[in-house]
Amino acid sequence: MSSKSDSVILSGKGVTKIFGFGAHKTVAVDHVDFSFKQGEIISIVGESGSGKTTLAKMLLGLISLTEGEIYFEGKLRDIRSHKQKREYWKNIQAIFQDPFSSYNIFRKIDAVLLDCIRMRSGRKLSYDESLEMMREACRFVNLKFDELTNKYPFELSGGQQQRLMIARIFLLKPKILLADEPTSMIDACSRATILDMLMDLRSEIGMTPIFITHDIGLAYYVSDSVYIMEHGRFVESGSADEVILHPKEAYTRRLLSDVPKLHEEWDLSTV
Amino acid sequence: MVGFGIFSAIVLTVLIYPLFIDDPPLGIISRGTFLAPGIYVNVYDSVNFTPRYTLIEDEAAARRINSQLKPEDRVAMQEWLVGAGVPEAEINTEDTAALLDLWHSRFDPTVRIPGMTNADRNYYIRLTASLDGLLAAEGAIVAAPNETTGALEQRGLIEQTDYVNIGEVPNFRILPLGTDNFGRDVLTELVSATGVSLTIGFVAGIVATTIGLLLGLFSGYMGGLIDDIIVFITNLFTVIPSFVLLILISFSIGQEQRGPVTIAIVIGLTSWVWTARAVRGQVISLRNRDHVNLSKLSGHSVLYILAMDILPYIASYVVMALILQISSGILAEAGLSILGLGPRTTEVPTLGLMMNWSMIYQAHILGKWWAYFPVILTIALITFSMNLMNTGLDRVFNPTLRG
Amino acid sequence: MARVVLQVNELTTRYITRFRENIYAVDHVSLKVEEGKSLGIAGESGCGKSTLALSLMGYYFAPLHYTSGEIIINDHNITGMDPDEVRKTILGTEISYIPQAAMNALNPTRRVINFIEDVIQAHLPEVSKKEIYELARERFELLGLPAEVLQKYPVELSGGMKQRTVIATSVILSPKVLVADEPSSALDVTSQKMVIKMVMDLMDKGIVKALVFITHELPLLYNVTDDIMVMYAGQVVEKGTAEEMVFDPIHPYTRALMGSIIVPESGLRNVKLTAIPGTPPNLKNPPSGCRFAERCKYVRPECRVTTVNLNEIGNGRAYRCIIPEEDLRRMYKSEQQK
Repeated sequence: MSSKSDSVILSGKGVTKIFGFGAHKTVAVDHVDFSFKQGEIISIVGESGSGKTTLAKMLLGLISLTEGEIYFEGKLRDIRSHKQKREYWKNIQAIFQDPFSSYNIFRKIDAVLLDCIRMRSGRKLSYDESLEMMREACRFVNLKFDELTNKYPFELSGGQQQRLMIARIFLLKPKILLADEPTSMIDACSRATILDMLMDLRSEIGMTPIFITHDIGLAYYVSDSVYIMEHGRFVESGSADEVILHPKEAYTRRLLSDVPKLHEEWDLSTV
Repeated sequence: MVGFGIFSAIVLTVLIYPLFIDDPPLGIISRGTFLAPGIYVNVYDSVNFTPRYTLIEDEAAARRINSQLKPEDRVAMQEWLVGAGVPEAEINTEDTAALLDLWHSRFDPTVRIPGMTNADRNYYIRLTASLDGLLAAEGAIVAAPNETTGALEQRGLIEQTDYVNIGEVPNFRILPLGTDNFGRDVLTELVSATGVSLTIGFVAGIVATTIGLLLGLFSGYMGGLIDDIIVFITNLFTVIPSFVLLILISFSIGQEQRGPVTIAIVIGLTSWVWTARAVRGQVISLRNRDHVNLSKLSGHSVLYILAMDILPYIASYVVMALILQISSGILAEAGLSILGLGPRTTEVPTLGLMMNWSMIYQAHILGKWWAYFPVILTIALITFSMNLMNTGLDRVFNPTLRG
Repeated sequence: MARVVLQVNELTTRYITRFRENIYAVDHVSLKVEEGKSLGIAGESGCGKSTLALSLMGYYFAPLHYTSGEIIINDHNITGMDPDEVRKTILGTEISYIPQAAMNALNPTRRVINFIEDVIQAHLPEVSKKEIYELARERFELLGLPAEVLQKYPVELSGGMKQRTVIATSVILSPKVLVADEPSSALDVTSQKMVIKMVMDLMDKGIVKALVFITHELPLLYNVTDDIMVMYAGQVVEKGTAEEMVFDPIHPYTRALMGSIIVPESGLRNVKLTAIPGTPPNLKNPPSGCRFAERCKYVRPECRVTTVNLNEIGNGRAYRCIIPEEDLRRMYKSEQQK
């Protein structure tokens, strides 16, 4: 599982986001520092309200920072103009939690995939070349393109839609993928499929996945490093084994004890 | 689909009708006001030029009598006679001849019967006049002055059994909706007015919806300073009553400039506020959706996102707003017309103007329903059919409902 | 042997679509729950577990229709009973059901105590409001909910609190059986724990005598229920005790399911999770033969044509596969050694 290099691909210092002002201000993200290496599998674990989604949007460049800096590939990230944003987004993409709301209901699957091809290669490719790329992407996620063509995304099941999202990422080939709760709306038995595909994608295109999740078991299974987030701050971070098996902070320990396990007694008295 | 049917029927009528009846809609065709709906046959022609046929009708005489002397009239006559001292036993309202005899011998307009008002007295006088010659068995004489002597001599005789074929009468006019107070054919006027009102409604609706849509989209999506400015302008327009604004603008344009299209644009310019607010609210709730974020990440421009990711989601709502604006545009124009600030009244009628005229000339008090009821019905049908169409369009706007 | 509180024999219920097609969402399902025991029902979405939960009450709303089979709750045979009669005599008093986002049952404009009054007065109209308040307060305190909650409006309560309130209310008349469909799925981890604790308290304190717990999350079932039943495409594919099912599954589907469990425990990082390819069959035209054949790793030609019945192998254990138990176990063992 480790094809990571030592170069830092994304890092941040004092990253902060404050909403509102005066008496009503909320500090969603509070002076967060991080450093992600290329190829590393990262998970950011937190409950709802911890600020993890806000942090994700800042990493993606969808919302601006109130304070702090983010560095991409060692250089200070400057994405004020639309052109700079487009360049940045060639390197970082996202998968969201709810597959049903991730698609524009008015566009067919073909258009969705073609969009991704265009972002990557402009309009230079011929129709046949594009078709072949779409077929390849679908094959990667175990979907048959010929069965999907001319359909709308909402005609597929949740698991299939999420796999189609992965096919999009296959076509977009970003360096970083931000996956916001990618399996929380999928059945337990189909989760492994999605996770496997994401890992395959990582080896195939050399991608750095960042998982945002509330499921600490998932974080443990899949990641190299885990960051625990509470009320906008990272309370603990380190390798997966360190954080999950030898947690130092009380919050981490509480999170772990709240999850039912198979080989340890689930202590319900600490509610 | 029903809505679409009704609406196209209305539009087709508006378009096709003038091809058949090319009279100017505001042309005055009658002297005298509020002619009832019916078929108007030229009497001069029927008497003089049309071949006559004899039809034997047993009931003809009875019908003639009953049309002039209705049961209520008979009862009224009985009342008067009783009041004048004739014993009730002697009065037989069924026997027309006897009743009329009695009436002619006893009726005196100067006699005052207690409880009788002036209106009643006039009624009896009119009744008596109309009963003249009711029971005559001979026909009517047509006379014309002799060229040399100047005395009237008989030229023709109209038998009571003479009929003419209406198809052979050179001049007759079918007025399904009668005439209005000016003496204009209501039906022709109505068709023309519907067309004009629809135009005004559409233009006003499109202007208002376009402005509201654009402002709502940009202020909702961009947020920040642009949002603040647009919201400020919207609030300004909310506070100023739109109707007052309408009156002021209309007045300042002056009578000469006020064609129907101008009025429509003016209405549109003052009624976009509600649409802008509503669209802004919808856009604000849509701009943080996952598919919008993914679209941004794919590098699409703001215009692209507005057009492809936001607009289709609010399309159904916008069309609804358009329909409402069209109906309210028609009514706003009616309101202006009442104040005399609507489109010039000498060129084209509008539904609002027709309602206005019938109200001013008291058609509803006089019971002349044809002057206002068809207009109301038309306005209702237009709005109703458009709303039905909007519901039917749901499947177009939301592909998830199509399966 | 302890008393059987809930018994279901060969229950079949169907949905009738608007094209008049029959979809047998629950296909000849049998189960038995003894007093003091709990049964967990697991399976992927669409397998029929939620439909089964609804069907257990004997209260059917179109398009769900009863087809055949028996339901006996606390010695009352409710098969074929009139829905109104079920509502008056069985629901709430013998069996109670909590749907997934039960907290949405709370009317936002009324206080919690009003909600409880509605529930109790629907069954016991003579009880006074004062008595209801006393009963509610007592019961809530027993379950660890503060009495102030009764006077609050739903909007003043957190998600976990609301869920627990609704659960406590649904068992306020102490029904014998509680059927809970994903009671904690819509909540965050800490609230989940509180909800589960309450459900287990209900059993421990004897407020309900038997529990049917439905979820797709297997670690939860393992920690909560005594027995587990796995459903696939409307049928029961395996049942047994929780320990047996998780650590010694027989049916290939159960084995695959257990292999996809993710828990934050040491050693997990080295285990490859099983991914089950494909999707469940369309129940409009269920396949002849085994319904899992399309996705099964161990499929044989006979699987697709032979009708497969539930194989009872004693002690309440059963599995639906034509391959004998020993062969399956042998295949699993050789795989693990690779």
